[in-house]
Amino acid sequence: MDRSVNLLDLALGLDEPSPLRGKVVLIEDCVETSGSFVLHQMMKRVLSPHSSDSLIFLAFARPFSHYDRVLRKLGCNLSTQKTNNRLVFVDMLMMKCSDNESGVAKLFREIQGTVGKLRSVTNSNITVMVDDMSLLEIAATNSNSDHVLDFLHYCHTLTSESNCSLVTLNHEDIYSSMERPAYLLQMVCLADIVIKAEPLASGLANDVHGQLTVVNKGMISSKSGKGSSRNKLQNFQFRIKENGIEYFYPGCSRN
Amino acid sequence: MADSIFRKLRDGGEEGELAPALTIEETVVSPFALDVSCYLLANLSSSILAGKSKSEGLVLVTFSRSPSFYLQFLKQRGIVVSSSSKWIRVLDCYTDPLGWIDQPSTGVTEGPSLVKLNKCVSDLKRLFSSVIDAGREMVGDGKTRFSVAIDSVNELLRHSSMPLVSGLLTDLRSHAQVSSLFWSLNTDLHQEKVTNALEYISTMKANLEPFCPSPDGKRNALENLFLAHQDFGKGRFHVRFKLRKGRVRVMSEEYHVDQTGINLSPISSAESVIAATKSLIPKASYLVHFNLQLSEKERVEKEKVVLPFEHQDHGKSTEIYDGRRTLADGKTEATPLSSGELQADVVSSGKGGEIIYFRDSDDEHPDSDEDPDDDLDI
Repeated sequence: MDRSVNLLDLALGLDEPSPLRGKVVLIEDCVETSGSFVLHQMMKRVLSPHSSDSLIFLAFARPFSHYDRVLRKLGCNLSTQKTNNRLVFVDMLMMKCSDNESGVAKLFREIQGTVGKLRSVTNSNITVMVDDMSLLEIAATNSNSDHVLDFLHYCHTLTSESNCSLVTLNHEDIYSSMERPAYLLQMVCLADIVIKAEPLASGLANDVHGQLTVVNKGMISSKSGKGSSRNKLQNFQFRIKENGIEYFYPGCSRN
Repeated sequence: MADSIFRKLRDGGEEGELAPALTIEETVVSPFALDVSCYLLANLSSSILAGKSKSEGLVLVTFSRSPSFYLQFLKQRGIVVSSSSKWIRVLDCYTDPLGWIDQPSTGVTEGPSLVKLNKCVSDLKRLFSSVIDAGREMVGDGKTRFSVAIDSVNELLRHSSMPLVSGLLTDLRSHAQVSSLFWSLNTDLHQEKVTNALEYISTMKANLEPFCPSPDGKRNALENLFLAHQDFGKGRFHVRFKLRKGRVRVMSEEYHVDQTGINLSPISSAESVIAATKSLIPKASYLVHFNLQLSEKERVEKEKVVLPFEHQDHGKSTEIYDGRRTLADGKTEATPLSSGELQADVVSSGKGGEIIYFRDSDDEHPDSDEDPDDDLDI
């Protein structure tokens, strides 16, 4: 298996042991440049055969078959991981939240219960992924951004109480900045790491598909020992290939 | 300056006056209010334990981090908190602020305990009572006082209106047993009127200004975050004190944030600050691999270049030879285009090896129908 560390891994601190434990990662994308590939890359890392981490995936956007197909090309078999209880796939397309705050509250309690069950059998890192937050708001009919923020807050408590990681994907260009300027900012403030996928300033290109900006805020270390670096911003470009992603700095030759 | 804040919180207010209150303001680009709060928390705790503070207890109300985070932080600073500690109480508004988690509880954990769970943060009257009760558990009902620390009012403002939150903070300040009070706020998450309202309530305001301001002040906070410098954990820490007689005193320090927290130091000299600011490479330059900066010599030389325009912005117009003057004018006008200055009697002297060229078109009117070959005697 490929254990080489790429620029995204370095920006996330994945060259350190358990760097995302207890952290919140927010992936922001837009219409021009989808950030789903970042989610897929992180799924692959979590479910790597070299780790024993677990993944709880809340799928609002696409069915299981889509992710299975994508991850197979990256060398990861989701069906096998489901069987091994390393992957808990919650198909939100089939489920329906009730149309009030209790819908998201019930969803959180289910996630909390699943985390509890996994924690009883493993001490490894548990990652909760949500694809994506905007559809969570729609799924919980008549819900509003406050309920989504409440849900995020409660998921944040899982990162500290159960030492989980939380990874969410959100589309930053579907919210009018005049209507709800604080909604996106609330999510950014909650996150320890923000990954922004956007197109190149020069537009579309055949060999460069976009750029990633990774803001790693870190946090004051409440634990003794070494902590990851704080307040780092990195920017690099990427190219999506058939079986993986290439990351490189502008103007540098690619592998 | 942070020491000044700490001393004012430690010493509290005089009898009969409202307790001193501090607002710590952060932004999306400088999200370090938690570090400042932890700094004050550690110092206040140490002074309470050493008996050097006017207050004999501390009530910590947590909204943005778990109680265990703060207890672990204090332990790292050498301040061990156990269930038998009588100088601190934690009101946990973080774990279950809306009562989503099924637990057999009426809302607030009853009985004396280090950490009390609050499951209804939107009920501010109950929250106020909980804070006072927690304080009195430590210091009793007499004249002994306690301090209150709220790690963040952002969540409070999300669940309750500004007037209610303002009322809660004012009630706490007005209580006879509250010695001092501080909270933090992210100004990018709220309207300006909210920030202003909280500043009116406080006697001290601290804000964090990063060294890397946005090049365009009209950009929103989200854009500013992604335009920040590679290492954005540095900046200025400004504190504004409201003195009793109405005067305002502003003091500043430099801050640098790392894994251990916030480090404060006096402001370095103006030259070093300017040099530090100039060394911050804008994002565009950081991305490309060629030099976009001008050296001092290059800048001076660039300013000396006279552009081929008649108006050079120095108060007088400059005539530039355009090759279309008449023959008579051409004898007394200059040919070199770069100087842009008039010269007299150029033809007669012949000195300096000049070449004077008179265009044939000078003899003709524009749009002439004459065949230019008509003058040939063929």
